[in-house]
Amino acid sequence: MDQDWRIVSRIRHIGRRVLDGVARLGRAVVFLVRLVPGFSVMATRASLVVQQIYMTGVLTLVIVLVSGAFVGMILALQGYNTLVRYDAQSSLGLLVALSLVRELGPVLTALLFAGRAGSAMTAEIGLMKATEQLAGMEMMAVDPLKRVVAPRFLAGWVAVPLLAAIFSAVGILAAYVVAVSDLGLDGGVFWAQMQSGVSFTNDILGGVIKSVVFGLVIGWIAVFEGYDARPTSEGVSRATTRTVVTSSLAVLGLDFIMTAFMLRGL
Amino acid sequence: MDPKPLRAEPLVSVRDLSFYRDRRLIFQGLNLAIERGKVTAIMGGSGVGKTTLLNLIGGRLIPAAGVITVDGEKVSTLPRRELFRLRRRIGMLFQSGALLTDLDVFENVAFPLREHTHLPESLIRDLVLMKLELVGLRGARRLYPAELSGGMGRRVALARAISLDPMMVMYDEPFAGLDPISMGVITKLIRELNDALGMTSIVVTHDVTEASAIADYIYLLDQGRVIAEGTPAAMQASTAPEVRQFMGGLPDGPVAFHYPAGEYLADLLGS
Ligand SMILES: Nc1ncnc2c1ncn2[C@@H]1O[C@H](COP(=O)(O)OP(=O)(O)OP(=O)(O)O)[C@@H](O)[C@H]1O
Ligand SMILES: [Mg+2]
Repeated sequence: MDQDWRIVSRIRHIGRRVLDGVARLGRAVVFLVRLVPGFSVMATRASLVVQQIYMTGVLTLVIVLVSGAFVGMILALQGYNTLVRYDAQSSLGLLVALSLVRELGPVLTALLFAGRAGSAMTAEIGLMKATEQLAGMEMMAVDPLKRVVAPRFLAGWVAVPLLAAIFSAVGILAAYVVAVSDLGLDGGVFWAQMQSGVSFTNDILGGVIKSVVFGLVIGWIAVFEGYDARPTSEGVSRATTRTVVTSSLAVLGLDFIMTAFMLRGL
Repeated sequence: MDPKPLRAEPLVSVRDLSFYRDRRLIFQGLNLAIERGKVTAIMGGSGVGKTTLLNLIGGRLIPAAGVITVDGEKVSTLPRRELFRLRRRIGMLFQSGALLTDLDVFENVAFPLREHTHLPESLIRDLVLMKLELVGLRGARRLYPAELSGGMGRRVALARAISLDPMMVMYDEPFAGLDPISMGVITKLIRELNDALGMTSIVVTHDVTEASAIADYIYLLDQGRVIAEGTPAAMQASTAPEVRQFMGGLPDGPVAFHYPAGEYLADLLGS
């Protein structure tokens, strides 16, 4: 009898969690739809968006540069170590470029962006809500969705692809330096293999599409969590954590799905 | 012929308003009218719903029943665009100030001007400095909200509330946290703005002395409805026990000091 009850209450608990999750997702979709008219800031107040791109860019640029350089150098060392067994070390440039452009650039940039700029976006919007700044704007007949939320969302969407491109470029340069100076490869071969092997439509465009999707998803999660946060210090801190966790998982899951489709040539 | 029938109508009228928070009743059958060109004080104990009432008038909350009209428009059914147009003509001083923490004092006061007008920078500068001079903070224009004291922040919020020269200003506790000198200045300022610019003012306050000094008409709220109304003189002279209790600041009487709760002793004994 007691046992039964425990099972029932556990199932009920699971059911409630699932319902909560579905309800949140529903709210997030409604929120995104309500946000769309705010995209007109792009046309009317472009400076607001540019300012946010600058802010998020400054937040994330250094960490993207440093990570990109390290990942590139690591790829060069590891790739060389494997390729040299098959006497294929001349393809190192190609290996590094493909890894970065197709996978690591978009994915790692997105993860870094979520942790650095996404969490900041959530905290900022959540705090503005908690301190009645958003309510105050509404009473001043200023739509916070348009004035505060849309510029941040759009900025994230634009910044992620740009940062991913920077990540890949820095990574390739760093790999080149390691390959030529440390591993003793020929620089010309490094570039030539890359140039002939990397396809614009498949590889580069695929990577760009990925990072555009990641930018959209992270921006969406970050601003939604901030706007939906309970207006307390605890509510904001929880929302910030949720942004990082949810958007990291979303990035990895979406990456798997998109990779599966892209490799099948869709 | 009826000369100017609109003027006779109150600027804000609240009829049979009911409002709930979760399931708890905040207002039931509330009726009041804010006359044009007058300073109307809304008084009542902490938690009776004064701030809630201002938010209902501003259209941020939707009543469960009843009608609120502002300048002839039904606030709760107004489409968003129209509602925003109406709000441009209403200034509100939030109880918490609600200043934008990323902007300095100058930019906070300039915010409504930048959002709603296309005035040249030099004109915005002059307008902002004029408003800041009125509240005595022209010299503080480069400070950020975090660097202001509570009373200073409130005065900046006041300057921002009037920066578009609205037809009506709602002041939520404008005197809280002010020293006696600023209190006198702000009282005079509210009165002068009201009379010189032909504004209508709603002042929410606890402070009986200030309300009597500033208001043309006072509403006293308790338990979700208006329990007394009248001119300050009439209120002071009233013999109704709840009015005497509030105006005299007496602890005992028909107006409850406590948030609704169960039996005290039972609560302490933990049953
Ligand atoms: N966001 C909210 N959610 C739930 N209940 C709320 C909320 N805001 C206010 N309330 C409740 O509504 C009631 C009225 O609150 P309100 O802020 O209007 O009081 P007030 O008259 O302005 O008080 P004070 O003079 O202390 O500012 C309070 O009892 C409060 O518990
Ligand atoms: Mg209040």
